[in-house]
Amino acid sequence: MWKLFQIELYKIFLRPRTYIAFIAIAALVIIVQLGLKVDGKEYAAFVMADLSNTLQIDGKIINGYFVCYVILQLLLVHVPLLIALIAADMISGEANMGTLRILLTKPISRTEFILAKFFAASVYTILLLIWMAILALFVSIFIFGTDDMFILKNNYAVQIESADMLWRYAGAFVFAALAMTTVASLGFFLSQFADNSIGPIVATMSIIIVFTILSTMSIPIFGLIKPYLFTTHMVGWKEFFDVRLNAANETVRGTVQRPDKIIRSSLILLGHIVFFVGVSVYLFRRKDILS
Amino acid sequence: MSDIIKVSGLTKQFQNLTAVNNLSFTVQQGNVYGFLGQNGAGKSTTIRMLLTLITPTAGDIEIFGLKLKTHRNDILKQTGVVIEKPDVYKYLSAFENLKLFSRLSGVKLSSDQLMQQLEIVGLASRARDLVKTYSQGMKQRLGIAIALVHNPELIILDEPTNGLDPQGIADIRNLILHLSKEQKKTIVVSSHLLNEIEQIATNVLIIDKGRKIREGLASELFDPSSSLIELITTHNERSRNTLLNSNWKDFVVTAQHETIFLKMNKQSVPALNRYLVEQNIEVLSLQPRNSLEDYFLSVTTGNQHVEAFSN
Repeated sequence: MWKLFQIELYKIFLRPRTYIAFIAIAALVIIVQLGLKVDGKEYAAFVMADLSNTLQIDGKIINGYFVCYVILQLLLVHVPLLIALIAADMISGEANMGTLRILLTKPISRTEFILAKFFAASVYTILLLIWMAILALFVSIFIFGTDDMFILKNNYAVQIESADMLWRYAGAFVFAALAMTTVASLGFFLSQFADNSIGPIVATMSIIIVFTILSTMSIPIFGLIKPYLFTTHMVGWKEFFDVRLNAANETVRGTVQRPDKIIRSSLILLGHIVFFVGVSVYLFRRKDILS
Repeated sequence: MSDIIKVSGLTKQFQNLTAVNNLSFTVQQGNVYGFLGQNGAGKSTTIRMLLTLITPTAGDIEIFGLKLKTHRNDILKQTGVVIEKPDVYKYLSAFENLKLFSRLSGVKLSSDQLMQQLEIVGLASRARDLVKTYSQGMKQRLGIAIALVHNPELIILDEPTNGLDPQGIADIRNLILHLSKEQKKTIVVSSHLLNEIEQIATNVLIIDKGRKIREGLASELFDPSSSLIELITTHNERSRNTLLNSNWKDFVVTAQHETIFLKMNKQSVPALNRYLVEQNIEVLSLQPRNSLEDYFLSVTTGNQHVEAFSN
């Protein structure tokens, strides 16, 4: 299993296609950072327009933490599309190249084979998020410096102390990794039904786009299905940036307002991963290889 | 000699299509077992069942005396495979591909050992080039190197000459003969090319529409004394009647439209020609046929006389 896993990683990282996602993320992050560096004050004035009459805000609003939050909000919607490029290609790509039949004539079990592939796709996903964290968080801190983070929620504002930020980002990135692994498991599941990559990649992207639209539209009838869509739970990382208040209405360091929501969403995403991978193993063990 | 492969009652049903129908055969150690059939006959499906790529609907497979169902990995450790065109990772070099597949086959070879393997198939000088720059013949040779990298006892080659030029076909043929004669490997090779199987196989199994038609020693099945001869004359009807009323009547196997087929020793062709000329029959063509279709015609019609003659 370990040997297979190493081989799968070796194959992933020797493919030029793998680096498209890393380059795309770097390009997008740099563009956002550049934009905020040049026009950050105007952006902050625009965001805080409604509060400018009621609040006096000192310090740097456009700081590294805030920039990272903006980047995560913008990018985490699109990263699934980049993950689908690799995950949905894991089995269908082998079938398309004709290597699947050779691999499966080697003395390795199909369960080991498919699990090694899934774990390799998960490592790719996690590395992509680490790359994003380095660029979005650490490079932003380097460029914009640090200060308390001030963000607006639907009907209230949250201010988080600078010293209370790093663990929140660690939690947010771990949660994002779980969410993106769910996407990878969906792409991986669809990958075994086709002999070329295009179909599963497009199908994965389509499902994510449709589910995301359903998750975000505030139409009552969609409210019934929202809790069951994994895309609803993929935005759970934002809960790390909502602080609990004490009786004196002061923020409590090291807390989040709704830890139950984070745990629930995590379990639902984990359940999706187990389901998609479990069904993939079950079906693949019985599949006739005709490619 | 011990049995290396023992197949009994093998059947594969794809919805309404029976690709392989109650097929049984045995391959003995050291044999080159030719698996012959036209495209769609069920050869590849059978081979894929031998390799666990396809699950049989019914039947049993034993390889090396072990049940394939329960000892898959033990069997595959000793088996080398080339299935049709040898697809490998095009974005890797031959060396990288060979290293990767050798590890999957359960052997860890040094760089020198891997290069030696590539040397055997004539790819050492291009070992570090990406496979996407290779010709079809080079890819096929790499496929063979991958199949042999773990020194398997049993080698299964499904249509290994597909898409190759005459030189490539000759190279593969020579390699199979070398592996069989020098290294005493057991080889199963499928093809739709009668000529190829005829030159390398010790034993032959002929299948059509998933069923076994013939099985036996190649020397018996490809007996030159029973070649299929095609005869075309200016007056075929008169020729038929003349032959059926002569000593040649036992050699005539079929006569359809403008062609008469006879099953006889090639050495007798000049005598037949002389006879026809003596009977004032003008011969347009008189030649041995060795396409697979002709061979099927020969083995499936046997010595039966064509009913058309009696009608």
